[in-house]
Amino acid sequence: MSEVRLQSVRKVYPGGVEAVKGVSLEIADGQFCVLVGPSGCGKSTLLRMVAGLETISGGTCSIGDREVNEVEPADRDIAMVFQNYALYPHMSVYDNMAYGLRNRGTPKDEIDRRVREAARILEVEPFLERKPRALSGGQRQRVAMGRAIVRKPKVFLFDEPLSNLDAKLRIQMRVEIKKLQRALATTSIYVTHDQLEAMTLADQLVVMNKGQVEQAGAPITLYERPMTIFVAGFIGAPPMNLLDMPATGVPGLSLATPVAGPVTLGVRPEHLELSAEAGALAIDLTVTAVEAVGAESYIYGALGGQGPEIIVRIPGRDLPAIGTSLRAVARSENLHFFSRETGIRLN
Amino acid sequence: MEKRVVFNGRLLPYLLLAPQLLITLVFFYWPAGQAVIQSFLVQDAFGLSTEFVWFENYQVLFSKPDYYKSMLTTAIFSSLVAFFSLSIALLLAVQADRHIKFAAGYKTLLIWPYAVAPAVAGVLWLFMFQPSLGIISQAVRVAGFEWNPLLRQDHAMTLVVMSATWKQISYNFLFFLAGLQAIPKSVIEAAAIDGARPARRFWTIIFPLLSPTTFFLLVVNIVYVFFDTFGIIDAATQGGPAKGTETMVYKVYSDGRSGGDLGGSAAQSVVLMVIVIVLTAIQFRYVERKVQY
Repeated sequence: MSEVRLQSVRKVYPGGVEAVKGVSLEIADGQFCVLVGPSGCGKSTLLRMVAGLETISGGTCSIGDREVNEVEPADRDIAMVFQNYALYPHMSVYDNMAYGLRNRGTPKDEIDRRVREAARILEVEPFLERKPRALSGGQRQRVAMGRAIVRKPKVFLFDEPLSNLDAKLRIQMRVEIKKLQRALATTSIYVTHDQLEAMTLADQLVVMNKGQVEQAGAPITLYERPMTIFVAGFIGAPPMNLLDMPATGVPGLSLATPVAGPVTLGVRPEHLELSAEAGALAIDLTVTAVEAVGAESYIYGALGGQGPEIIVRIPGRDLPAIGTSLRAVARSENLHFFSRETGIRLN
Repeated sequence: MEKRVVFNGRLLPYLLLAPQLLITLVFFYWPAGQAVIQSFLVQDAFGLSTEFVWFENYQVLFSKPDYYKSMLTTAIFSSLVAFFSLSIALLLAVQADRHIKFAAGYKTLLIWPYAVAPAVAGVLWLFMFQPSLGIISQAVRVAGFEWNPLLRQDHAMTLVVMSATWKQISYNFLFFLAGLQAIPKSVIEAAAIDGARPARRFWTIIFPLLSPTTFFLLVVNIVYVFFDTFGIIDAATQGGPAKGTETMVYKVYSDGRSGGDLGGSAAQSVVLMVIVIVLTAIQFRYVERKVQY
């Protein structure tokens, strides 16, 4: 069993900066956990603490049923894929993959068998004798993955492994990582700032902000029921429309059941529908810009003529002219209300 | 896209190279050429007549056993200095590369000796190890060890090796530290996760990645011990006792300047020049192949 358990883990740097402020997480055996958040939210620090590359200032981290706070990275039985791949530039691809096994005194024929198997899975067999500098970015990425899988560790750690690749390769590698993780069923922790990558890869998605966990759960749960304003704004592209509503109401916006007190109202662009009928929410907007992306289009409009910007997603390419006044409605189950003071979900 | 500025003048490249070329010509090729010419000449003791003798100076030189002895002295001296100054500097740089308190102060102090002139360094060590007055000599004498570089050749050699090493460590340290800091941190972290202990990490990852720096320093250090240690030897031992620390460069000076044998001394400097050129060529030919850039 190789579940990872974090209990109120904290990281305080000398100088008093608190990068991680008490994070508790349970990652089940074989689960793919993605940590996502803006840069500086502490997600990489958290990952590096699991790896043993950063000391843990408070709380405990355990892998399997062993607490690893004081255990050297080498003895944690983990493998890590770095953003810049961190391949050993003076070693061939074969030696890069064999290095970890050699350090552990694995027999030579066993090393050879495992390296060749990993090379076959990752399709880097033709490059085994090459040096990393003779490889393309995607090939290097595969070698870095190979180096991780040959060791058959308890946990894989990924630190933004795809951010150095171009968009097309990124999607391709994303699918491959997911397939590989499914096939190997190894507990994985994956750090990214890309919410799309996070949504597609995760069994458990953890949104972090300012050193704390905002929400953790299945990606679709976070999408459908974000528990804070931050999660609501972070998950989904284009982002959720978030409107500050004072108690007096907002011109151009009408709710079927009025809410008491100042709140933040959230509604996703795909849940707004152009319609003349009344809904739980109806907003009047003046079109300021339109974008056709193929199967769907986005309409940008100003609420009530000059209010905040609202994004509406519509199917097809039947676009209104700029300057037109439109009415968009949404159903009550698609409305999210958050407290303006605490940012916490109200409904 | 790489941006490149292309100059279309024929003159400009030469103008830009001129200062460096001029300095090299005046201070290197000219004296070197003079030495080669001089090595074919014999002058009488008063400098009144000069005779062209072809290779006689070289024949005389290679027939004297004391020349071979100074070659051996140079070999011992230079390998000891190169080995100790490189290895100690590497050790210090590895320590400084870690996150230690007062790192800046530590580094500054380590760089200081490089600013000390060779002759001054020689005098400093001479004073510390002077048999009757030197503070360290007194200390080792209390410990029951009879230290006397004025009488014992091995003690004199130890003294000059120590001073020459001490002076060169700073320079090597600077380059090693810069080399260490250029190694991506994540590569070392990856090795740590891959199960390599610090010592194994050093020999399998850090040391190979440092090899361009080590190679460069090896070349520079060989040149240093062959030529620039003259000041130290002159100040500390004057090649003594009984020529026990007379390296080839010191012999060039003592035979030419004190012995008045200008032709023989010039022949020696030509031989010295050839040796250093050959050593450097060998390093580039064979050692550089093993260097990881």
